[in-house]
Amino acid sequence: MISYVARRLAYGAVTVLGVLAFLFVLFFLYATPQDMARRALGEKAPPQAIEQWIVNHEYHHPRFWNPEEPGKTLLFDHFRRMLTFDFGRSDADDVPVMRRIREGIGPSLSLTIPLFLGGLFVSISMALFVATFRETYIDRAGVALCVFAMSVSILLYIIGGQFLVGRLLKWFPVSGFDPSPAVIGRFLVLPVLVGLAASFGEQVRFYRTVFVEETGRDYVRTARAKGCGDGRVMWNHVLRNAMIPIITRVVLAIPFLFTGSILLESFFGIPGLGSMTVDAIHANDFATLRVMVFIGSVLFIVGQIVTDICYTLADPRVRLE
Amino acid sequence: MEPYVLSNWITGLLLAALLLALWGARQSRLWRNAGRQLVRRRPVALGVVAAYALVAGLDSIAWTDPHHEVDEAQAVLLGAPRTVIDRLFPADFQEASYSAPLADFELYGGEPLKHPGRHLLGTDIIGRDVLHRGLKGARVALVIGGLTSLIVLPLALLVGVSAGYVGGRLDDLVFFVMSTLASMPSLLLLIALIMVLGVGTLQVCIALGVTGWVGLARLVRAETFKIRELDFVDAARVLGTSELRIVWRHVLPNLMHLVVITFALLFSSLVLSEVVLSWLGIGIEGSWGRMIDQARTELSREPIIWWNLFTASLALFGMILAVNQVADAVRDILDPRTQAERS
Repeated sequence: MISYVARRLAYGAVTVLGVLAFLFVLFFLYATPQDMARRALGEKAPPQAIEQWIVNHEYHHPRFWNPEEPGKTLLFDHFRRMLTFDFGRSDADDVPVMRRIREGIGPSLSLTIPLFLGGLFVSISMALFVATFRETYIDRAGVALCVFAMSVSILLYIIGGQFLVGRLLKWFPVSGFDPSPAVIGRFLVLPVLVGLAASFGEQVRFYRTVFVEETGRDYVRTARAKGCGDGRVMWNHVLRNAMIPIITRVVLAIPFLFTGSILLESFFGIPGLGSMTVDAIHANDFATLRVMVFIGSVLFIVGQIVTDICYTLADPRVRLE
Repeated sequence: MEPYVLSNWITGLLLAALLLALWGARQSRLWRNAGRQLVRRRPVALGVVAAYALVAGLDSIAWTDPHHEVDEAQAVLLGAPRTVIDRLFPADFQEASYSAPLADFELYGGEPLKHPGRHLLGTDIIGRDVLHRGLKGARVALVIGGLTSLIVLPLALLVGVSAGYVGGRLDDLVFFVMSTLASMPSLLLLIALIMVLGVGTLQVCIALGVTGWVGLARLVRAETFKIRELDFVDAARVLGTSELRIVWRHVLPNLMHLVVITFALLFSSLVLSEVVLSWLGIGIEGSWGRMIDQARTELSREPIIWWNLFTASLALFGMILAVNQVADAVRDILDPRTQAERS
């Protein structure tokens, strides 16, 4: 077990290096610092201004090899900074990226955690309900509803939700954010509801497939033979045995709680990491974008390792070797 | 290259790929049966998809009108090549600004329109006909889904099959590349790629392709592993068949159901991704996503302007729903697991 975890961690570390190498190719070899400067300053910027911009943002070292000062290269700097979580300053307004992240993580989590837990509860109960009535009209209607819900773009859910609840019914503010506990709920209800609606179809369908596959197993027949009712079979027996796919999905979704929801945050004016990413796109801020991709991948890789360890906790038959 | 030439070239390529796939499918009884089953199960959805494809195809056939004696301003309008869809509408079918469906006057100001009562779905902020734009979106959507699939499917097949069949070091390398790409959050990776590559049809398709191929390559690799160990592969090898021929005749045909299922599922997710990209300002010009993006503040105007958003979202929804329905049926028909469930 310990040797397995150690090997898994080592492979995770190698993957992190792979991600860094990919980002280097993308942001330093394909798009050169000159490109970045030109994007930031405009196509007609004088060469001196471009040089100055490159020096100011510390992109002036040679890429691979610096004969005068070994170690002062873009490649080395990129790896050293990312791995020590020294993310430097934003390309657009020179604010330290780390400070932005620290400010944004709170609002992001206050949106994504209720959305995540609510979505999990709603979709698993809906899927269990539908799977209980599999091969009936209820099931077919449920699946049709899911396909219908999946076919609507998330943008329409957002625009529609804002219009219907925010403007016509005027129940909640259309957008905005206030971290004080008394009013935070008022700002979060609408984005959470919209997020639930947008992810509902795909999730219910996934869990339904998992549950329907389980209901064909022998232990379900045994439980029924012993007199278990529908509810007990589904909630006690099927749900527990379906834990492996559920865990995979749930644990791998956790990293995305931290990177925030790009669309929901920027539409509803929540100053989280998602809004930060959108601002970075509009400002051609490559430094921030690089950091966001990196953090997202590190969290994902950690999540994968945690998933593998969770398997043994959920299912004693799984042995990690 | 001029945009219409490029779009014609891409459509031609897509059409050739489609015909090749259909011709290949007709050669085998398995695929003929699957096709027949699909038509029986989802006639309406298939019809809707075909209608979208027809509009997109007609929108790709463009030619320039010969110049007659026209004044300067008209020469610009008539000199540009126009597609069959464009020709359904008059050449100067543009008003000054918003007008409601079938209105005779402009929405703001009340000036009389140049074409009163003929804009079935009104006009947008710079006076373009909404129905016309909605129809033209079909081609963009098809190019997004089709061209990206044309990048994704061969790449994933090549990488997946070679990794699964050869194994060893190559497999380790491929697995490493795949896990690296898969560990980056897809939307963020997509944004990063497009910011670096630049905005444009081809760039967006390449970025979508880079983020999209890993899933299929994984499936193909795992399936090839299984097929490699089966008896008919051994038998072919004993008979002296070359490795390449084994892959071509014995491994690839057994992977085709995965490719078809993935293509069907991929298509709608690609079009929906482009909508999100459009909203972030890095989408493709002329797509429904762009229309939705431009229309997002229109609902809060007074009087409310709904026709832009309505047209774009209805066109988008109709296509995605139809494609999803077809994809569902395709999966049910081709996936051996769901087949066992039904029988």
